[in-house]
Amino acid sequence: MRRWLFPLAALAGLIALSLSLGAASFGEDAGWLLMVSRLPRTAAALLAGAGLALAGVVVQQVVQNRLVEPSLTGAPEAAMLGLLAVTLLAPGLAVAGKMLIAAGCALAGMAGYLALAARLPREDPMLLPIVGMVYGGILGAIGVWAAWSADLMQYLGAWRLGEFSGVMQGRYEWLWAIAALAGLLYVIADRITILGLGEAQARSLGLDYAQTRALGLVVVSVITALVLVTVGAFPFVGLVAPNLVARWRGDNLRANLPLIALGGGALLLAADVIGRLIRYPFEIPAATVIAVFGAGVFLWLLHAAPGRRHG
Amino acid sequence: MAERRVLWLALALLALCAAFLAWQLRAPMGFILGLRAAKLGALVCVGAATGAATILFQTVASNRLLTPGLVGFDALFILLQTLLVLALGGVGLAQLPASLRFGMEVIALAAASTALFGLLLRRDARDVTRMILTGIILGVMLRGLAEMVQRLMDPSDFAVVQQAMFASFGRVEPQQLAVSAVVLLAALAAALRMAPALDVAALGRSTARGLGLDHDRLVLVTLLLMAAMVSVSTALVGPITFLGLLTASLARQLTGSHRHAILLPAAAMIGALILVAGQFVFERLMGSQSALAVIVELFGGLLFLALVLKRRRR
Repeated sequence: MRRWLFPLAALAGLIALSLSLGAASFGEDAGWLLMVSRLPRTAAALLAGAGLALAGVVVQQVVQNRLVEPSLTGAPEAAMLGLLAVTLLAPGLAVAGKMLIAAGCALAGMAGYLALAARLPREDPMLLPIVGMVYGGILGAIGVWAAWSADLMQYLGAWRLGEFSGVMQGRYEWLWAIAALAGLLYVIADRITILGLGEAQARSLGLDYAQTRALGLVVVSVITALVLVTVGAFPFVGLVAPNLVARWRGDNLRANLPLIALGGGALLLAADVIGRLIRYPFEIPAATVIAVFGAGVFLWLLHAAPGRRHG
Repeated sequence: MAERRVLWLALALLALCAAFLAWQLRAPMGFILGLRAAKLGALVCVGAATGAATILFQTVASNRLLTPGLVGFDALFILLQTLLVLALGGVGLAQLPASLRFGMEVIALAAASTALFGLLLRRDARDVTRMILTGIILGVMLRGLAEMVQRLMDPSDFAVVQQAMFASFGRVEPQQLAVSAVVLLAALAAALRMAPALDVAALGRSTARGLGLDHDRLVLVTLLLMAAMVSVSTALVGPITFLGLLTASLARQLTGSHRHAILLPAAAMIGALILVAGQFVFERLMGSQSALAVIVELFGGLLFLALVLKRRRR
């Protein structure tokens, strides 16, 4: 239990820092400021980070590769394409409808990636993230082209670079659905772990492989769509948090899921806080901060010796 | 045989350039011709620089899937450009003569890239996919860093950086174009003079060393030349990741040659052909301005996937 003490204290400190930080100073309407702006922003960063980290674990188990994460599967780009289509064809659609369509497109995008991945040789694990990146780039290029011809580049810009400066009460509540999805993942954690053993092994252990995989991917696409529509895309969160936790605590997914969620949330919140601190009172998008930090961790994972494995 | 194909390429490029200049030319002719010539010059320079640089990089890295853009070479350029503005200030930089500034940029880029990619090439030369992945992630990181530095700048300094990064085909300064063209021609000539040595280097480091080639020195010189070429194209129009890959593959397919004396000019001309033809189609026939880079990215990306999947079958 003492091992938890330090991370939780660090998280509490981070939350306090995030709540006290902003261009407006606390005056007599401090409670109002806190409720309308600071708390929603902090919660949004925590929820989005937790969701992306959990989605990262699921994707890594499905493709059996630790160097992959949702943003390297074309899912966010596919969701953006869906959102563009909605904006063009049915601009009046309710947010729930937009979310659904974005999630469906993310799922389709990921299915395309899995089809590609199945054709790649297993011996070369690093091909998977490379192909994912190029595949996402292709979908992104289509999106840019469509947005350019339809004069929607500003929409696209808002989704491509995730940040929290626009988060206020009433603008982020959809992210709480991530908490429900996290609960669902916790229930099926053992099955997701078995997914990571590969299809043949999983079947011989009596798992309905196709169904479990489909369920996992649906959760990933819904999380991707939720985060994308409310705050935008963030790279590397789904890669860094699960890998760091696995190096520290080993591979017991059920035990690790809460830690991974907390880690992802803390990571994104820290990125947001750093982005707000570097040149106070101006802001740097959290996605930019996390891109630099996450890329550093990725390079380290790529070149460092494999970590110790616990049981 | 291959020589003749290079000749045909040259003729095709000339014809296309003439068409680009003369298509529906109306009064005031001199004015329009001047504008078009500047744009054409930029397209040809960028295409040629990207094509030749990619062939050089693929030879040095012994890998046909690589392009300087894919491994973050142009991100490095943008970061350096940004840091330069941060250090000197927008006004200070604007007061430097164009050629001096360009020289400084190329030298800084060459030094940084030699340190970075030289290290990469030496350590991971055999583990090709790890090297590509490292390069790509490095690119993401450098882009993020550049963006961060840009956010810290004064708006006026930022405007200078932005102009340096996105001076699009539509608005090329003749002075900048002239400097770029001179640098590019010098780099191309130097690369052509090294062609026989590059042919040997393409056999791989150990074989090349066995044949008496000073491989490490060659890699260093090649990286310097690449730095010059990439900075030309990035300074003129900004990054186009997959153009190089597209160009280099087409050059190899079309000439069927392994000789750099053939490959380098062929790739340079194909790069120019793709850009001029693309711009012609999009701007004159379809009336849309900025789609070219996106389309090149699209087809280049598809080609990359096809190459990866094909590699497996062999």
